[in-house]
Amino acid sequence: MMRVDNFSVAFSGLAIVLSALIFVLSADFYHNEEKHISDYLAILVFTLCGAMIMFSFSNMAMLFLGIEILSISLYIMAGSKQHDVRSNEAGFKYFLMGSFASGFLLFGIALIYGATNSFHIGNIAAYVSAGQISPMFYVGMLMMLVAMLFKVAVVPFHFWSPDVYEGSPALVTAFMSTLVKIAAFGAFYRLFYLCFFDSLNYIVIILGVVTAATIILGNLVALSQTNFKRLLAYSGISHAGYLMLAVMSMKTGTASAIFYYASGYGIATIGSFAVAILVFKAMKSENIEAFNGLGKKNPFLAAALTMSMLSLAGIPPFAGFLGKYYIFSEAIKNGLFGLTITAIITSIIGVYYYFKVILAMYTKEADETSVQSNIAYTTIIIVCVSVSLLLGLFPDKLMNIF
Amino acid sequence: MMTLLILFFPLIASILVFASGNNLASKVALLLAAAELAITVYVYSVYKQTGADSFYYFKEWISNPKISFHLGMDGLSLLMVILTNFLTPIIILSAFNRNIENAKAYFSLILFMQFALIGVFIAYDGLLYYIFWELALIPIYFIALRWGGPNRVPVTLKFFIYTLAGSLLMLFGFIMLYHYNPSHSFDIRELYDNASKICSCNQSWLFWMFFLAFAIKIPIVPFHTWQADTYKEAPTQGTMLLAGIMLKMGTYSLLRWLLPVVPAGVAQWGPLAITLCVIGIVYASVIAIMQKDLKKLFAYSSVAHVGLIAAGIFSLNIQGFQGSVVQMMAHGVNVVGLFFCADIIFNRTKSLQVEGLGGIRNVAPQFNTMFMIVVLGSVALPLTNGFIGEFLLLFGVYEYNTWLSVFSGLTIILGAVYMFRMFQRVMLGNTSETTSVFKDLMWNEKIVLAIIAITIIVMGIYPKPVFDMAQPALQSILDKVIIK
Repeated sequence: MMRVDNFSVAFSGLAIVLSALIFVLSADFYHNEEKHISDYLAILVFTLCGAMIMFSFSNMAMLFLGIEILSISLYIMAGSKQHDVRSNEAGFKYFLMGSFASGFLLFGIALIYGATNSFHIGNIAAYVSAGQISPMFYVGMLMMLVAMLFKVAVVPFHFWSPDVYEGSPALVTAFMSTLVKIAAFGAFYRLFYLCFFDSLNYIVIILGVVTAATIILGNLVALSQTNFKRLLAYSGISHAGYLMLAVMSMKTGTASAIFYYASGYGIATIGSFAVAILVFKAMKSENIEAFNGLGKKNPFLAAALTMSMLSLAGIPPFAGFLGKYYIFSEAIKNGLFGLTITAIITSIIGVYYYFKVILAMYTKEADETSVQSNIAYTTIIIVCVSVSLLLGLFPDKLMNIF
Repeated sequence: MMTLLILFFPLIASILVFASGNNLASKVALLLAAAELAITVYVYSVYKQTGADSFYYFKEWISNPKISFHLGMDGLSLLMVILTNFLTPIIILSAFNRNIENAKAYFSLILFMQFALIGVFIAYDGLLYYIFWELALIPIYFIALRWGGPNRVPVTLKFFIYTLAGSLLMLFGFIMLYHYNPSHSFDIRELYDNASKICSCNQSWLFWMFFLAFAIKIPIVPFHTWQADTYKEAPTQGTMLLAGIMLKMGTYSLLRWLLPVVPAGVAQWGPLAITLCVIGIVYASVIAIMQKDLKKLFAYSSVAHVGLIAAGIFSLNIQGFQGSVVQMMAHGVNVVGLFFCADIIFNRTKSLQVEGLGGIRNVAPQFNTMFMIVVLGSVALPLTNGFIGEFLLLFGVYEYNTWLSVFSGLTIILGAVYMFRMFQRVMLGNTSETTSVFKDLMWNEKIVLAIIAITIIVMGIYPKPVFDMAQPALQSILDKVIIK
């Protein structure tokens, strides 16, 4: 049912670390309004459980179970601010869209079972490499692909993510854009690497179009965002595009590149959300204007957010840079020149919107409201920034896991 | 060990300055920059005795892809390091007696910039070099953004994105190089040794990826559009760092990372590149004549000068190379002097428009003398440092192609036109309302300008040490470029 290998251990480890960071942040986040904070924390652990099943499944049924455990917990988390209409809306929207995707996934699994007589990924892989593939199998594979693309939120299945990210409580957004995205990518990669590897040639064009569309659209639309959470949602979409590039280069074994990129992305995103949550709370606004003058008001927070943004934008010496480097390098090794050049051009666009936040912090006038940090948040912020610096300087430890 | 010390000392210094608080920051920064200069002098003396061999430092850093922490200083690198470490204390001193908000961050960023620049000049591993190259962008961006002029936000963003675009192309180039290279390495020795094994069609792509990155940084026309505005909006010290040192990153990289790495690409596209450089020289000189703003005038004159440096490099002969190195040093010193003079004028009159100034000579004779020397150095009068460099550069270009050298030669004539015209209208004539209260030099300004003036003259009379240091490094580069 499950197979523990380097891949699953590494990704589970990352998931645990990210959840732990979120845990520390959450104590304070729900402090004021929730009576049953324990419920919330329990659901968070359920999500983690789902993610870990997704990293180590060796059976289609387990994949489905993992995704469902993760998703259903998330539907609840997205709606966890009961008295906030937007949060309810986000939860409901996510639920409706997500159930469709789950339906696709289940249907796909059923068709593949029909073609191969097995749920086990080893058997399915053997069936694929044997060469006599029935049409039913392709339909099943495409349906699974659609479901997975939905879960990782790439174009054209990305529509839910900005709305859900914006509506959900900021901390849940942080959780969704890091752990959940990484879990979905882990499962995606594992499914296609272990199971559909030999049939990759049939869908490479689809993947190519999806990847190009994702990195272009994600970056371009992010330019015009004024809400910080939506900005990060679109930036998350474009990062998903870069990760797709690594999935497409699967032939040379890009698990380590994905893992490194995901770690750098996850850590930097949690770091920026930690700062953002403090700012949102103090300023009572989630727009980029809320960050105006943060450089004067609280230099520490501003510096930390700047470094996280630089890492997301892929500027050395932060982890985001080497992550991009690894992915581009693998893509070139696989001959994906056009996509790599697209990715490089769009990452320049990416710099522009990350710098919008930095510019707001350092060049706009501040108002009177002060922004204070507390011990938990300060610790998490320091941890995130130093980890993304250390990862950037000493990547060997992570890269040699696989 | 010396190499590590000279690299990391500014980084430590930058942290110390940040910790020292706003009141002490400038003094601590000056002290530490002077200490770094002392280290440099010591390194130079060791170099004189033992040569470049004792400065190599190699340590495995990342195993996949193979990136090593490989540093080294041959004559060329050391000259660039000397330039950086010589200018940094001057730049810091030039900020004394000026009101700088949040001084600790300002000076700490300047020293951090010094760290990144030294890293660029002594990194002998492609990706390490790239990391320092990018790292240098961050402090200068924030210096220009926090302390720049009124129009700084869009201008600095344009600067950042423009140069980053170039850098990413270079990164793409490095990755391609890594895969084409049979030994799969970024190490400079491997890149040099395997340069001939990459087919020339790939080399021509690689040439453009690197060339564009460097051309934007240098800048070579038509990739210069970020430059004049950025120089104008950046605070004086930022402009000095940009024009004095950072620009040399581009020309240095042409010598170190372009010519010997893709010699076949250079053979193919070098003629086009040198033509672009020469067009740029004439174009920028003409535009400089039209400028009414002092800082912009100096910016365009700088484009013309570095265009000539790049042309000398692409002329692929030892005279051009030698000239380019000497001129890099000379231009670094002169342009810092020019921008400092502009800053002094702005500090007194709150104006940089040539019109409305005039007659400063009558009220500030000391300033007049110093400014004159800097201007003479910059128009390449014999016995100043600018002359040696420009002469050799023109000689090198002449060896390459007569017509190109004729057009490059215009830079001297046109340079004299715009510089002297500017000097005449700003310094000579009758004192105007704005300039009548012009105070002569303060102590720190005197020291800075005196050091610059002396350097201009000494280097102009006795440039031999620079030649001696650069010669072996340049010759070995030249041997790799010329395909037999």
